[in-house]
Amino acid sequence: MPTIYIDDNPYEVKEGKNLLDAVLSLGEDLPYFCWHPDLGSVGACRQCAVIQFQDEEDEQGRLVMACMTPASEGTRISIQHPDASQFRENVIEWLMVNHPHDCPVCDEGGECHLQDMTVMSGHNYRDFRFKKRTHRNQDLGPFINHEMNRCIACYRCVRYYRDYAGGGDLQAFAAHDHVYFGRHEDGVLESEFSGNLVEVCPTGVFTDKTLKRHYTRKWDLQSAPSICNHCGLGCNTIAGERYGTLRRILNRYNSSVNGSFLCDRGRFGYEFVNDDARILTPVMKNVETRQFEEVSEDDAVAKIAELTRDKNSVIGIGSPRASLESNFALRTLVGSNRYSSGMSNAETELVNLSRQILNDGPAHSASLKDVEKSDAVLVLGEDLTNTAPMMALAVRQAVRNQPVEKAKQAGIPEWNDNAVRELIQDEKGPLYLATPTNTKLDDVATKTYNAAPQDLARFGFAVAQFLAEESPKVIGLDEDVKSMAKSAADALKNAKRPLVISGTSLLNKSLIQSAANVAWSLCANGKKAEIALTVPEANSMGMSFLEGQGIESAFERAASDDIKTAIILENDLTRRVDSKAWNQFLKNVENIVVIDHLENETTAAADILLPAGTFADSDGTLINNEGRAQRFFQAFEDDSAVQESWRWLQGVLDLGKDTDVSDWYSLDNVFSAMTKSVDTFKGDIVVAPDAKFRINDQKIPRSPYRYSGRTAMKANVDIHVHKPPQDPDSPLSFSMEGYSGKQPSGLTSFFWSPGWNSVQSTNKYKNEVGGELRGGDPGIRLIEPKRNASPKYFTEVPEPFSPREGEWLSIPLHHIFGSEELSAKSFGLSKRAPEPYVALNPSSAEKLGLQMESRVSVKLDGTEHTLPITLHENLPDGVIGLPVGLPDFNGIPLPNWSKISGATE
Amino acid sequence: MLSPEEKHEIDEELKHLPYKESAAIDALKIVQNHRGWVTDEALDDVGEYLDMSPDALDSIATFYNLIFRKPVGEHVIRICDSVSCYLTGYENLRDAITKKLGIKLGGTTEDNKFTFLPIQCLGTCDHAPAMMIDDELYRDLTPEKLDEIFAQYK
Ligand code: SF4
Ligand code: SF4
Ligand code: FES
Repeated sequence: MPTIYIDDNPYEVKEGKNLLDAVLSLGEDLPYFCWHPDLGSVGACRQCAVIQFQDEEDEQGRLVMACMTPASEGTRISIQHPDASQFRENVIEWLMVNHPHDCPVCDEGGECHLQDMTVMSGHNYRDFRFKKRTHRNQDLGPFINHEMNRCIACYRCVRYYRDYAGGGDLQAFAAHDHVYFGRHEDGVLESEFSGNLVEVCPTGVFTDKTLKRHYTRKWDLQSAPSICNHCGLGCNTIAGERYGTLRRILNRYNSSVNGSFLCDRGRFGYEFVNDDARILTPVMKNVETRQFEEVSEDDAVAKIAELTRDKNSVIGIGSPRASLESNFALRTLVGSNRYSSGMSNAETELVNLSRQILNDGPAHSASLKDVEKSDAVLVLGEDLTNTAPMMALAVRQAVRNQPVEKAKQAGIPEWNDNAVRELIQDEKGPLYLATPTNTKLDDVATKTYNAAPQDLARFGFAVAQFLAEESPKVIGLDEDVKSMAKSAADALKNAKRPLVISGTSLLNKSLIQSAANVAWSLCANGKKAEIALTVPEANSMGMSFLEGQGIESAFERAASDDIKTAIILENDLTRRVDSKAWNQFLKNVENIVVIDHLENETTAAADILLPAGTFADSDGTLINNEGRAQRFFQAFEDDSAVQESWRWLQGVLDLGKDTDVSDWYSLDNVFSAMTKSVDTFKGDIVVAPDAKFRINDQKIPRSPYRYSGRTAMKANVDIHVHKPPQDPDSPLSFSMEGYSGKQPSGLTSFFWSPGWNSVQSTNKYKNEVGGELRGGDPGIRLIEPKRNASPKYFTEVPEPFSPREGEWLSIPLHHIFGSEELSAKSFGLSKRAPEPYVALNPSSAEKLGLQMESRVSVKLDGTEHTLPITLHENLPDGVIGLPVGLPDFNGIPLPNWSKISGATE
Repeated sequence: MLSPEEKHEIDEELKHLPYKESAAIDALKIVQNHRGWVTDEALDDVGEYLDMSPDALDSIATFYNLIFRKPVGEHVIRICDSVSCYLTGYENLRDAITKKLGIKLGGTTEDNKFTFLPIQCLGTCDHAPAMMIDDELYRDLTPEKLDEIFAQYK
């Protein structure tokens, strides 16, 4: 480890860093703008200037940019040197020449890197007396607000959006002091990762438009560490509240999961929490009028206890969007053999298969960080941008690894961003994409193969066959597919960290099995292969741990056994089963109890309905696709009857007296009851610090110490100051009181450090820039590979797909905006969701005599839908694509055979 | 749509270049030669031809002040406002042209004959002040010489 000298003090730093990175990793302060931990250095803003000395004798020194200077052995610099600090002050002064100084009306104010750096550099007075240049702002769609006058031309936005995230429609325009960052014309920013601009831009140019609708300063937010609910990846977030409404979602750094970024579904999908359709009080249906009537909490719980007295007459349907604790409480109440995961049978089977592959096989279940670090990638079936968005962003980084390695060998450090990009130009590492139609990753793929799901699986099996003789043969493969399989196999075999990605989105078992074969055959070749399997929802993998049966099986049971009562937990079953099955189920059971947070078709059918908390107003644990258990904490508590579903069920269990749940007063106890009684959880599992955790006997605050108005905010109700709510479930306090130092990882409600109010303060919470959080990244992996296992290869290679005469295989197409239930209800996201459509390829359309503007009618499972068509150049013959989760398609099981015909207008 | 001539000229450039994108500046100049200035439509056309987003192309187009993203007159006057010309009478010259043509810097005459633009250095400091009309360089200028010069463009 090289030793460097900063203002004459020696420090050991990690090999290969630049000085800015090294200085920040040491916990020292040095202002910067254009550098970003994930974007590297370009030396553009001149803000990070320090004086570098030749050697001990050198008294003169020279000005260098810390971000562009390697921290090599014996480097001597001065940060304090008057020439350096004067220079930095001047840089800010000229950056501010055109800045409007409009902090009071700027949404960035209070968490602005420009404010922080201005103060840090000591530029306190503005002397500029001339006219400032002004810009016209653009309407960039429902997510991002644009205020160009605040720009300091650091170029971070375009470097992130274009170079890192692969977006094409944000650019720098013009030159010198009228350089402009925006789109070529007004319009929605097309990237699915545009929201990160809010955190990447160090000023108030790009800010969160959804926050603007209910704006609150950072220091006035009460926040909690949370986990994104909107896909199976479990990105870490911060949920911020004020006056009982959720105001925004921010990224929460976790080096093993989402790093510094989120997708737009995760960032902007939160507003369902504040929806008018929230259920806030327990209600019961009046037997005569069939209308809901309010009941007291006690009466509701007592009534459910009465209905569940005879356990044999009750089934419980859980949910992959509810916490482990809530599902476990339901499972305890109804008994494990009458508990359903709340996923369809098909989905349950696939998720179980995924867990089995990750658990029993030798291939390592890849975290998002592992995906990003891999250097050859094979994707089987998944349109990642739409099914596991942040994994798509990670793959986009992974294709750089092989070329970057070359740059390193040429002596260019990876952080030297411009030089590296200049050297590698558009060279990409191996990425083989096998998907039903084109995807947003095609532009970085080595090769793409578009085919029907079972043909994609055959391709996967073929790759595995090239890697391991014992893996089953694929008969009758086309030559070109075979040769692509061969080159994919070679690329994976020659890589240091090969990765195979597949998942559940096409609901095809063979695909996942073929992915396992590829990963395992790589392991057999002595490779440390990684495998990433996406799952549909935030807690799908958790459902597999709880071993519930599928919904259809539960429905069958309701039909055959003497089931009188069904308890449905946080699950709109009408999205998962067809209307015939649902209506039959309603006939079969007498009493429907639903616990959920938003009104939907299932809650409408309830006889008793209890208000559950969302991720923002409850606590719980989720297991992501990787097998990582992570805790989300309640950001706020209001006066309504809303509480965790497991708390409602604890009340019911308590009255029932079959199980002793007297210690279920806190989340920790429910969680440990679960790990003790469910075999799939082995032993003591610590997901997060428990509720008794304290630092210096103090709780960890949810709000910054500048939080204002606490004593007055209930003044409309009561002149007395309200006591903050108590929290039995976590060591967090509902106030700004408590330990004022840096919160431990996993309990970080906001990132803040003296002098660092912006999100850049995150660096102060890490062991080193780009590294783990101090104390380790939060969450715990429950699945580790059996490195020495050599499981049997899956042997069932599917038959090739053959189109049918007069019938079409309809497959699910996923949409980042619209396919997921809760986020789709959010204001901004609903504007980005597509209208329902039928996708088919142009030649099929021609055969059917359809034009671009045509509408077709689709007969699916006995129902008919008339929809416009969308042409997908690459969709295979005989296959149509239908959007998942949009209102028209709820409950229709896909894939499925269907008939289509041109609609008669 | 790019005209056959435009396409042909861009193809000629592409022959010498490793990446399509590298032809962006030349392609913009070619289109400007044919159409007078670079319209939004031209950006779409060139973008499609070079596999670039119109945004990426516009980023380049707006960077260079010799690529016009607004209509210009038949002749473009570029007057140098860099140091040497400034010291040797740029301001008088500028005012004289403004008076003569009735347009300020950035303007175009009503008859669409002239557009008047500033430029940074024409590389002829030893003969300052200087200006350029289209491709013709005029040096050692005084306001008095203007009548004669402009007479040629009648
Ligand atoms: S918009 Fe923001 S990120 Fe982009 S250059 Fe300006 S200040 Fe930097
Ligand atoms: S990738 Fe998934 S978990 Fe991550 S932010 Fe997006 S929706 Fe949320
Ligand atoms: S941060 Fe070093 S020059 Fe911008």
